[in-house]
Amino acid sequence: MPEMVTFKIDGREITASPGTTILEAARDANIYIPNLCSNEELTPYGACRLCMVEITHGKRTRLVASCIYEASQGLEVKTNTERVLNVRRMVIELLLSRNPKHPTLRKIGEELGVNDTRFEIDFKGCILCGQCVRTCREVVGVSAIGFKSRGHTRKVATPFDEAPADCIACGSCSYICPVQVIPMEDTNGVRTIWKTDFPLQKCTQCGRYFAPVKQLEYFRKLVNLPEDHFNKCKNCR
Amino acid sequence: MMNKIKSPDELLKLQEKIRASRDPNKPCVTICAGTGCLAYGTQKLIDNFKAEIEKRNLTGTVDVRTSGCHGFCERGPLVVVNPKGIFYQRVKIDDASEIIEKTVLNGELLDRLLYNDAQTGAKVTYEHEVPFYKKQMRIVFGMNGQIDPKSLEDYLAIGGYSALAKVLRGMQPEAVIQEVIKANLRGRGGGGFPTGWKWDATRKANDNPKYVICNADEGDPGAYMDRSLLEGNPQAVLEGMIIGAYAIGSSEGYIYVRNEYPLAVTNITIAIEKVRELGIIGKNILGTGFNFDIKINRGGGAFVCGESSALFASIEGRAGEPRAKYVHATDRGLYDKPTNLNNVETWANVPLIMNKGADWYQSIGTKNSKGTKIFSLVGKINNTGLVEVPMGITLREIVFEIGGGIPKGKKFKAVQTGGPSGGCIPEQFLDIPVDFDELSKIGSMMGSGGMIVMDDRNCMVDVAKYFLKFLEEESCGKCTPCREGVLQMRLILDRITEGTGKEEDLDTLEWMGQAIIDGSLCALGGTAPNPVLSTIRFFREEYESHIKDKKCPAGVCKALITYSIDAEACTGCGVCARICPTKAATGEKKQVHTIDQEKCIKCGACFESCKFDAVKVA
Repeated sequence: MPEMVTFKIDGREITASPGTTILEAARDANIYIPNLCSNEELTPYGACRLCMVEITHGKRTRLVASCIYEASQGLEVKTNTERVLNVRRMVIELLLSRNPKHPTLRKIGEELGVNDTRFEIDFKGCILCGQCVRTCREVVGVSAIGFKSRGHTRKVATPFDEAPADCIACGSCSYICPVQVIPMEDTNGVRTIWKTDFPLQKCTQCGRYFAPVKQLEYFRKLVNLPEDHFNKCKNCR
Repeated sequence: MMNKIKSPDELLKLQEKIRASRDPNKPCVTICAGTGCLAYGTQKLIDNFKAEIEKRNLTGTVDVRTSGCHGFCERGPLVVVNPKGIFYQRVKIDDASEIIEKTVLNGELLDRLLYNDAQTGAKVTYEHEVPFYKKQMRIVFGMNGQIDPKSLEDYLAIGGYSALAKVLRGMQPEAVIQEVIKANLRGRGGGGFPTGWKWDATRKANDNPKYVICNADEGDPGAYMDRSLLEGNPQAVLEGMIIGAYAIGSSEGYIYVRNEYPLAVTNITIAIEKVRELGIIGKNILGTGFNFDIKINRGGGAFVCGESSALFASIEGRAGEPRAKYVHATDRGLYDKPTNLNNVETWANVPLIMNKGADWYQSIGTKNSKGTKIFSLVGKINNTGLVEVPMGITLREIVFEIGGGIPKGKKFKAVQTGGPSGGCIPEQFLDIPVDFDELSKIGSMMGSGGMIVMDDRNCMVDVAKYFLKFLEEESCGKCTPCREGVLQMRLILDRITEGTGKEEDLDTLEWMGQAIIDGSLCALGGTAPNPVLSTIRFFREEYESHIKDKKCPAGVCKALITYSIDAEACTGCGVCARICPTKAATGEKKQVHTIDQEKCIKCGACFESCKFDAVKVA
């Protein structure tokens, strides 16, 4: 058992195992730090910058992203200084300029006293938290989507904006999106995602469409199941 | 193919042999073949010199050397006739024959090609007397003029690789590091981090392999010192890297160079091949059992790839995006292994320190900034070029003595240092000593060495907008403050320069600036607001004129200016009417001309062309 580290968040003494990020430790201690790109299932990314906190180590005080920065012995973390709040206020105001009406964003804004954005609105919907891209790569393991272009022209896209060759239509990207901007629809035995139609598997017993053929195929190969394993849905199997 | 050198002593013997075979009094025409001079068409001049030598049967009697950049790009093409060091500038392609005939063979000077010192009005004969070079201290960059960058022999002839020989003849790696720490060499790429400490941390890191990288992803607008070093003296950079690798305990290195620097890529590739042939790089270097080799990685031209973690990502084959650096690269850098990254100029300083010692190096510069720094002096300046100066020199000396002041007698307004993320320094600070700390104190920075001079026809709001636009386009887009914040700041500046700025804009910009600095993921965003913050700090009234009075005092922002003709001063020469692209400027010959505001597109052509200062901008 590695030695635990003891540190402080907003004056409260916290004990965590080494390697724990400030955000994880805060979560465990029920201390709220707003965030949009962090997800326990994904490698920390540090892109949205909402979770910034002020840390003091020895004489030095600075701002770090709590989703990446690991707690260490004697660290002092403050989650609500004026400097921290200013970054958060600006970040949420900037994100509102991409998606002004989304309730999740508006709620975070209200907590920070930001009720609207004074910036020029260029509606994009997507806030580029990258959870979809990272889920596809890290959890699903197919990397069917990625980022293209840079700066404010950056966007999540399929390769060459064409039908994504590696996509298994699992829909994880759509489920994970915190602002619900990746449309996905199942109709008449077809799932449409990334502007591409994927046939769904029909249960040979009950006749219900239950999952995309490509996804079942991917799982089957991944764990080496018999060819007819997914002919029936979970209930009929 | 040459035989591999088997020991450091053998290398020194080879050096001596080359030196002995060279007659220092042999005539040699050195032609600057740096990128600036090549752009003037110097390749043809070189061909002409070579043809002339052949035609006159002078092969073996007179040498022609194509060297790297000499720095005085403003006056190119440059030719230096040695052994005397006669300095010719603005040489024409057809001058080759006459230079050989008169100067080389008969010792006569060609008056028209000599440099005319604008301040004294006198002609200058020798290179070292040219005022542009006189105040400089060219300990790193000066070697460029003495060697053909493609020739390893040339480098050996001026003592190249003695530093490596010295190190491998018996210095322990730790001792090498201590020497660099003692010299207090600081990173020339912008950060100014003490190089020796970085080496030390990488050496002590508990993992293997360790990587040594040269950052040649120079991307600041107007800056080209790393380019010119790599093009002009690639061996010095290699020597520095090999010494560094030995000190750190690394056997693998990379040079990350922009693909837009084709000559640099070519020259460094040749340089590596040549030292590999001699066993100065590769396995069992100089028979000492030390292995180290270098790969060249060409960058795709993204500015952000000069940021260390983005650079690593790029070498690894991923998109050049920075990652959080809470763990230092010296512990986990390239491929998550201990990595030491230094910039081109930093590496080029290493052999000097090893050769001449930390005490000598320490003697140059200020308390916390030692040695020299190469600056790229551009903008509204008479002597555009690359200058190498000791730390601690004043901005005034650089701008007015080395740079020769502002063209057309215009008034100095500001100098922008530190590249796009630096700041604009106004006249009142011209006398501060230039070093890492002093520049930071006034809201700018050393950066990699860009120095853009501005006169009273530069609008500071427009300048800030230009740099912001650059950074906006170069932001990788990963983190919110940089991607969205810099864009929004630029949109606010757009409004201000278009005359629709609001009173609260300045507060918003300052507030955002601080939040972007505090909140960005990497140094690109973390410094991006600097051009805006420093211009607001020093030129606030100029912003206010745009916002409150809807005027651009420098006469730059098109939406806020009008051109008119002063009837008193106009002679009716008709130049403005001829040059005006929209026929807005009209008038009878010898009569006062006028400008039709409806037709005027505010290009300023009339203003620039009027010899009588009759065109007014307000």
